Amino acid sequence: MAKIIVVTSGKGGVGKTTSSASFASGLAMRGHKTVVIDFDVGLRNLDLIMGCERRVVYDLINVINKEATLNQALIKDKHCDNLFVLPASQTRDKDALTEEGVERVLNELSAMDFEYIICDSPAGIEHGAVMALTFADEAIIVTNPEVSSVRDSDRILGIIQAKSRRALNGGEPVKEHLLITRYVPKRVEAGEMLSYADVQEILRIPLIGIIPESESVLHASNSGNPAIHIEGSEVSEAYKDVVARFLGEDRPLRYTSYEKPGLLQRIFGGK
Amino acid sequence: MSLLSFLFNKETKSASAAKERLQIIIARERNGRAGPDFLPALHQELIGVISKYVKVNPEDIKISLNSQGNLEVLDVNVVLPEDL
Repeated sequence: MAKIIVVTSGKGGVGKTTSSASFASGLAMRGHKTVVIDFDVGLRNLDLIMGCERRVVYDLINVINKEATLNQALIKDKHCDNLFVLPASQTRDKDALTEEGVERVLNELSAMDFEYIICDSPAGIEHGAVMALTFADEAIIVTNPEVSSVRDSDRILGIIQAKSRRALNGGEPVKEHLLITRYVPKRVEAGEMLSYADVQEILRIPLIGIIPESESVLHASNSGNPAIHIEGSEVSEAYKDVVARFLGEDRPLRYTSYEKPGLLQRIFGGK
Repeated sequence: MSLLSFLFNKETKSASAAKERLQIIIARERNGRAGPDFLPALHQELIGVISKYVKVNPEDIKISLNSQGNLEVLDVNVVLPEDL
């Protein structure tokens, strides 16, 4: 059975697609056969972030409507042989995402021996977002240390606890993970930004990682490579830690404290 | 002046204000979410039942759900008209 993980946040622009792309790539780099599905019907972007936008022929809605098979629609990632992308439709209405259709596609993927199915949720709490989380076994809640993002994350947690299959069937609840992105330790220490401990205290779910604010995320999206592939960058290392923790390894938090640059560093520059 | 304000920085940090505001609003929103959703329907039916026997103003029937310690208390308050 494949494990289904939804990456969601409620609020837009917090890093869902960036995180989905890097998390899925990280799982594949660790040897797990993984597929990442874009649920943002009408506003697809995962293909751009993964750098496969020119190879999109068929999409999720085509598969749901049986106009294409999964094998026709799945796009093999350019970095990892065991990673596939299922793009969203750019032209259809999001109502085309039927619950039965989504369930059938997920079952077929599971039958194709995928170990992990990553569902990149659209922003908001409407149909597309609900479809992305309905069949989830685990959820990664992407949150910025900022009031509106934290509140929206709490809202989406409420929806997971009310509308997911697991919640409705009354079995084991969806396992929730908090992923804090765009974190700036310097501003946290200056008292200008909520600390990760504050965010965690408010949302009360386990922390799976902290991704520091970084210029490399824009470089990554400019070039169509998931940020985890920017070797040597803090963001890449932080996403690798997230994947390792997800797989059960114990990794201490990194990039959460600010060190004042020393005098020499200030004179001669450099990082 | 900037040196003085640097030395005597008494400004409250905005992050702590953010935390406080979030704690309050999220606690309130969670309460609304956790509460039973039958209250509006119960309210309507109560109005129906009571007005079958007594002529009351719908606004004079108030219901609320409060928690006192471990107990949940459903509070129904009906104001009967004086010329009963």
